[in-house]
Amino acid sequence: MNNAIFYILVMAFVTYLIRVLPLTLVRKEIKNVYIRSFLHYVPYVTLAVMVFPAILEATASPWSALVGFIIAILFAYRGASLVSVALISCFSVFIVELFLY
Amino acid sequence: MKTNIREWKSGIKNGIPIAMGYFAVSFTFGILAKQAGLNPFEAVFMSMTNLTSAGQFAGLTLIASAAAIVEVALTQLIINSRYFLMSFALSQRIDPNTSIFHRLIMAFGITDEVFGVSVSVSGKLSPYYAYGVMSVAVPGWTLGTLFGIISGNILPPRLTSALSIALFGMLLAVIIPPAKGNKILTGVIVSSMVLSLVFAELPLLQSISSGVKIIILTILIAGIAAVVFPVKEDTYE
Repeated sequence: MNNAIFYILVMAFVTYLIRVLPLTLVRKEIKNVYIRSFLHYVPYVTLAVMVFPAILEATASPWSALVGFIIAILFAYRGASLVSVALISCFSVFIVELFLY
Repeated sequence: MKTNIREWKSGIKNGIPIAMGYFAVSFTFGILAKQAGLNPFEAVFMSMTNLTSAGQFAGLTLIASAAAIVEVALTQLIINSRYFLMSFALSQRIDPNTSIFHRLIMAFGITDEVFGVSVSVSGKLSPYYAYGVMSVAVPGWTLGTLFGIISGNILPPRLTSALSIALFGMLLAVIIPPAKGNKILTGVIVSSMVLSLVFAELPLLQSISSGVKIIILTILIAGIAAVVFPVKEDTYE
């Protein structure tokens, strides 16, 4: 077996293990209110930490990204769908960059 | 059966922005994979089997430097450990009777974005919804890699730049609506972002990898929030 393929398989194995263990081992509904609450807050924290400040480095300029960020927050706040928020933030980045360059 | 198809379709719909964003990111991944000396088959194989951005980018560096296999495994473990928490959270969002077979397939698709759209569905999460998201997100990720490695820089930079924000916009659309009018969630989101910025800027904390940072902040903030503001009833809406 080629060396790179071996590396890739090890990476895939480790990554799948992390993903599969909780979902297959935790098969009951957890009653403990603190664990339930913790899991309730998990998505908000992980996703918020991931978005900011990384979003500012996602595009060609931090300014276009900042505009995209603000527009996305506004539209998400007003209840726009996932798809529209994603598209509108892309579009605003595109427009801002037309002016920047 | 009808509900399953409907769930699958609604998954596809929300998977489309993910697929677009993945295409842009994995296109860049494909270009870098070529520079790291991978052939198109290896790069696509990596994207198909790993389905993770940060882990794969780190993997390229390690493969190019012929790192020890233990180091490769440990790096993936650290970078991707956030999936453990996501998988744990999802275990409480699906029907407890969901078969092991569904659990095994759903687990493969746990990425930041697929997780994001999956936890945001109201009521119990159907595996078919997750499959719908995966059935566009996985091809987006894999094809982006393929095009990136065989074509090099053909996508106009303006387009990749604009598409690169799609995933972030989508994640915001996941966390913000439930926080509307909810002071606790707003506080949780704002403090997460502020602390994330502190971790990124403070010289002492800068050396912490993003994977570790996510885990530390999640355990800290979600842990404190759970103790101070325990949720009595599950209020996923």
